[in-house]
Amino acid sequence: MTEGRDGHSWTMVIRPRRKWLDLRLGDLWAYRDLIMLFVWRDFVSQYKQTILGPLWYVIQPILTTITFTVIFGRLAGLPTDGIPDFLFYMAGTVVWSYFSACLTKTSNTFTGNAAIFGKVYFPRLAVPVSILFSNLFSFAIQFALFLAVLFWFWIRGAGVAPNVWILTIPLLLVIMAGLGLAAGIIISSLTTRYRDLQFLVAFGAQLLMYATPVIYPLSALPEQYRWIMVLNPMTSIVEAFRFVCLGSGSFDFLHLAYSAAVMVVALLLGAMLFNRVEQTFMDTV
Amino acid sequence: MSDIAVSIENVSKYYRLGTIGNRTLYQDLNRWWARMRGQPDPLLKIGEAERSRGGQDGLWALDDVSLEIRQGDVLGIIGHNGAGKSTLLKILSRVTGPTTGQIRVQGRIASLLEVGTGFHPDLTGRENIYLNGAILGMTKAEIRRKFDEIVAFADVEKFIDTPVKRYSSGMYVRLAFAVAAHLDPEILVVDEVLAVGDLAFQEKCIGKMGEVSREGRTVLFVSHNLQSIWSLCPKSIWMDKGKLREIGNSADVIARYREASSTRHQVSLEGVKRGGSGRIQIRGISFETGDGNKADSFASGDAMVVSLEYEAKNDVDLSQVEAYLHISNEMNMRLFTLANVFSGDALRHLDLRGRFECRVDQLPLVPGDYDITVSIRLGPEVADKFNYPVRLTVTEGAFLPGHQAMSRSWGDMLVKHRWTSRPVT
Repeated sequence: MTEGRDGHSWTMVIRPRRKWLDLRLGDLWAYRDLIMLFVWRDFVSQYKQTILGPLWYVIQPILTTITFTVIFGRLAGLPTDGIPDFLFYMAGTVVWSYFSACLTKTSNTFTGNAAIFGKVYFPRLAVPVSILFSNLFSFAIQFALFLAVLFWFWIRGAGVAPNVWILTIPLLLVIMAGLGLAAGIIISSLTTRYRDLQFLVAFGAQLLMYATPVIYPLSALPEQYRWIMVLNPMTSIVEAFRFVCLGSGSFDFLHLAYSAAVMVVALLLGAMLFNRVEQTFMDTV
Repeated sequence: MSDIAVSIENVSKYYRLGTIGNRTLYQDLNRWWARMRGQPDPLLKIGEAERSRGGQDGLWALDDVSLEIRQGDVLGIIGHNGAGKSTLLKILSRVTGPTTGQIRVQGRIASLLEVGTGFHPDLTGRENIYLNGAILGMTKAEIRRKFDEIVAFADVEKFIDTPVKRYSSGMYVRLAFAVAAHLDPEILVVDEVLAVGDLAFQEKCIGKMGEVSREGRTVLFVSHNLQSIWSLCPKSIWMDKGKLREIGNSADVIARYREASSTRHQVSLEGVKRGGSGRIQIRGISFETGDGNKADSFASGDAMVVSLEYEAKNDVDLSQVEAYLHISNEMNMRLFTLANVFSGDALRHLDLRGRFECRVDQLPLVPGDYDITVSIRLGPEVADKFNYPVRLTVTEGAFLPGHQAMSRSWGDMLVKHRWTSRPVT
C-alpha cells in the first residue's frame, strides 16, 4: 500500500523510474508459486522429449569427469593432492557445474524472455531465481552420484572420507548460487544494451573454470601467488567443497567470508542494475 | 475512500528511434573516454550532436494523457494504429514504464495483452493452466479452485492431459483465454485478444467480459472492432497521435471517430502509397445509389454503384483492363470480390481518362461497416493496387422479406432463399 499525499491509499503507483534501492522483493515473495512453477516447468520440459530423460543429469558429470581424468590426470599429469584423480575431478566438476549453470542460464534472462516480458508483468527476478532452484535439483542428483562413487572408493580403502564439515555444504551452495545469480543478472542487464556480452558468457565461464582450482588443487601453486587465486571468490568454495568431502584442499573461514562478502556486494549491485533495466528494457529490444 | 480505480496523471511516453540496439560496448567506452577528455562524441555524425539534444530523433507515443477511471467503468479505447492505445495498456500492465507522469491504481490489475503468454508446447493442458495462471498473477491455490471452471469454459476436458502442441489452434486459444478469463482482478485490461478463435467462442468471450463488468469490476478494452466496443463498453475514449482526443459515451465517440476516419461520398487518393506498374491509376472512388445520387451509406438490399475514376498512360491497351473490388468485413476477412472478369463484362470504348462503374443490384450484406479495396490489372500485369480501404456502411434494409432484424451474429452476408414444406408421402 502506498500512501498518496492526499491521504488516499493506492494499491499501486506507476512512476517513470523507481529508486535504485526500491527492489520490490516483497513482490517476488508474492509470486513464489510462479517461481516454483518455473522450476517445475524447466524440469519437466527439459527432458520430456529426450530418450534418456533425467538420466542426462548423471551422464553429463560422468563424461566430463572421465574426460578430465584422461586429459588432465593421465596425459598432463596434474597433481591432485594425493586423491584418486577420478574423485578429485568429479568433486570439482559437480561443484563447478552448479555455479557455471547458474551463471550461464541466468545471463540471458532479458533477451531470452523478451516475448513473455513484453506481454505480462511479474517480478522479472522470478526467472533467474527459479533457475537457481532448477539447478539445485540437478546438483542434488549429481552430488548423490558423487557420494556413491566416494563410498565405493572408501570401501576399496582409498583413504578418502568426508568429515563433519560436510554439513557446511548448504552454506557453500548459498554463496555459490548468490555469486552465480549476481554475475548472471549483471550480465543479463548489460546484454540488453551490449549484445556482445552474450558471446562472452559461454566461453567466459569456461575460462573462469581454469582460473579456479577445479582441475588442479590450490596447493599446486607456489605459495606467494596463491593470494591472486583467492581473489576469485569461487576458489575458496571449490577448495572447501573438496576439503569437506575428500579431506584434501583447504577450509579457510577468512577466505569463505571474503567470498560471502563479494557475493553480497555483487548481488546488491546486480539487483539494482536489474531493477533499473527491468523498467525500460522493453523499449530497447 | 473515493471510487477512482485508475488515475492517470499527465502520462507521456517517449520512444527513441533508430539508434537503439546497435550499440556496442566498444562504442560506449569510446564515447565515455571522449567525454572524460572533454571532447565531443566521436561517433556522432556532424550535425547530429545538436539534433540529439533537440530530441528530434524520437517519438512521443503518449503525450500528456490524463484520465480518471471510476470503479466499475467499462471503458473502450479506440483509435488508429500508432495512436498510443497499446502504449497506454503496456504502461498500465507495467510491461514498460512511462517517461513522465504517474498512474495510481486502486485494486488488483490484470492485463491481457495476448492470450497464452508463456504456454509451453511440450506441457499438457493441465500443466499449462497452472503455469499460465501463475504468470498472470494467480496463486496455485486460486488456480486449483478454478481449475474445473477453466477446463469447462475452454471445452477441452478430453485433451486436458495432452501436450498443447497437439491442440488445434482453436483449442489452444480457447484454453488460453479461459485461464485469463478466470483471473478475477478488480481491474481488467484487455487488448484486441478477442480477434482470435471462432465466432461462437468470440461471443462466449464477450459474454464473459460482460459478466465481469456486471460484477462491478473495472474493464479497459482496446479493439479495432467498433462493434464489440459498442456492445460492451458504455463509455469510450478516442486516442489520436498520443493524445486523448475525446471521451464520452461510446455511441457518440464511435460516431465521431468514424466520421473523422472515413471520408464519404468521394474518396480522394492523392498521396496514397501504391503498388503495381502504374500504367492505369485510380484517382478517386465514389458511391452512388441506383438512381445516380451520391450516397454514403446503403441499406441491405439497396442498389449500389461503385464508381472508380481512372487515368491511363498512352500506351495502354484498354481492352485488357480487369477491375477488382474486394469487400472485407471489420475483422478484415475477405467476403467476396466484384470483378468484370467474373461478371463477363468487357470494359469497352475507354478513353485515357474516365470511370469504371460496378453496379450491385441488391447489396447482400448485413448492417455494419465494410472495407473495399481496389486493384486494377492489365491481363497478367498488376497496374494499380493500394492498401487504402474505403469504408462502406450498410444499414438495416429489406434484402430479405422476413421481419427478423439482421445482425452480424447471423453472418456477414445474405443469400436469397425460400422455405417450403410438404407432407411426407
